[in-house]
Amino acid sequence: MTGILAELAYWQQTFLRAVVALVAVIGLAGTLVYLHLFKMVSFMQSRLGPMEAGPYGSLQLLAEVGKFIQKEDIVPRRADRFVFTSAPFVVLLSTFLLVVVLPGGPDAWFIDNDLGIYLALAVSSVSVIGILMAGWGSASKYSLIGGLRATGQLIAYELPLILAVVGVVIQAETMNMQGIVFAQAGGEIFGWGGIGNPFVITQFVGFAVFMIAMQAELTQTPFDMPVAESELVTGFMTEYSGLRFLLFFIGEFATAAVFSAIAAVLFLGGWYVPGLDPADNLFNVVGPVVLVAKIVLLSFLIFWFRFTFPRFREDQLQRLAWKFLIPIALANIVVTGVLKVVV
Amino acid sequence: MSLVPGLFKGLAVTGGTILRTVFPRRGVKTLVPAPTKGAATVQYPHEKEAPPARARGVIALHEGNCTACMLCARECPDWCIYIEGHKEKAPPRRAGGKPRLVNKLDRFDIDYALCMFCGICVEVCPFDALFWSPEYEFSEPRIADLLHDMSRLSEWMETVPDFEAYEAGSQAPKRTVPAP
Repeated sequence: MTGILAELAYWQQTFLRAVVALVAVIGLAGTLVYLHLFKMVSFMQSRLGPMEAGPYGSLQLLAEVGKFIQKEDIVPRRADRFVFTSAPFVVLLSTFLLVVVLPGGPDAWFIDNDLGIYLALAVSSVSVIGILMAGWGSASKYSLIGGLRATGQLIAYELPLILAVVGVVIQAETMNMQGIVFAQAGGEIFGWGGIGNPFVITQFVGFAVFMIAMQAELTQTPFDMPVAESELVTGFMTEYSGLRFLLFFIGEFATAAVFSAIAAVLFLGGWYVPGLDPADNLFNVVGPVVLVAKIVLLSFLIFWFRFTFPRFREDQLQRLAWKFLIPIALANIVVTGVLKVVV
Repeated sequence: MSLVPGLFKGLAVTGGTILRTVFPRRGVKTLVPAPTKGAATVQYPHEKEAPPARARGVIALHEGNCTACMLCARECPDWCIYIEGHKEKAPPRRAGGKPRLVNKLDRFDIDYALCMFCGICVEVCPFDALFWSPEYEFSEPRIADLLHDMSRLSEWMETVPDFEAYEAGSQAPKRTVPAP
């Protein structure tokens, strides 16, 4: 985005960035909810899902959003009012900040930051604070337990997430998201450069660890202990209603989309498709579409897992992170580092 | 680590169902998605499923059999049956006999806003005046209209199917009312 907008005034750039980020967050969250939550899970259960509102139920989302906006905004009497009401905005804020690092094409990006992927992972941790605020501010035991579980889980799984990224960074020799895309576009797999080097092939272990840790970071079902509805109603979201619940809901799916986008950039080559010149201007138009296609593909995996497996117990969940994922990720870093030097 | 094959098996089950639902057709059109054909869903207002003959849709009243004995109203867990009647003199059965006293039905209402379709009234009726009908489309925009009166309940009688034999070759249960 910087490249295209360089000659515009600062306020114009800011306005365009805000609009694009809004469209990216809300549009992507809506796409995922419709494609996966409404349709894919229906097909998985041999039913059709919403069919009446719009062609194939595609306007159902408007009805759902309208319903949530109409509802009363209830704040529990003993809740910490400021903390309670601002928590959903903190969660959504971290999602919006995550969008900033995503590149959509060789010139279509928000910020050119050499910290790139680590900026993204650091900003994604902000949502933990929002969730803890929601859990603490609600003055409800379900919310509190849910918030604490969420915090423990998110902190535990942030580690394998970051360690899985280290392998990619070693291979790409940069933390800049754009640089990682170019490294994959121009890379070679042991001397063969036919499709570049999408890191999903050479960093498959890292990809698997990243996807599993991502599933946990998003508290999607095998790891949905924080919102375990059979024991905690809906965990930290229990006391929320109306618009604030909707914000949490949008935050959940938008974060799923943005994390899929980060995974797409890290492992699937981002906006790049093999066979074209990565510096081609064409990619400023086609790139975002390619990226969205890869997001849909990766989030399909997330939701496929989500709707297939039952939930982990709290101890199993922590054991998976600390005893399996982190050692595997560490071994992956060692092997990648050695191969990088040797080959 | 023995969990891993099970994980893939689970994914195969759900993934297979998606594929079967989205691509149900065989032959040339195999890859044309047709979820409306593959899914088990019946899109109700547009297409309708014939209910089984003995489905419990609505309760019909055969007015002539009812003696206003009130058994159904008393057994109803929701108290949604309202019966009023009076005694009438009927001509004697044999010439020279005393005139008989019979119960005449003035009011027989079932409030389907309250009814929970348990069928106890049909079970307890000793005179075969109540029957299950498989009709199910009687929703109303006004809740008061869900109170079906005697004439409405008698109209449902036309939809009550004939008895069928319980199993092949056995004698069909006798029906004490003439088929409408």
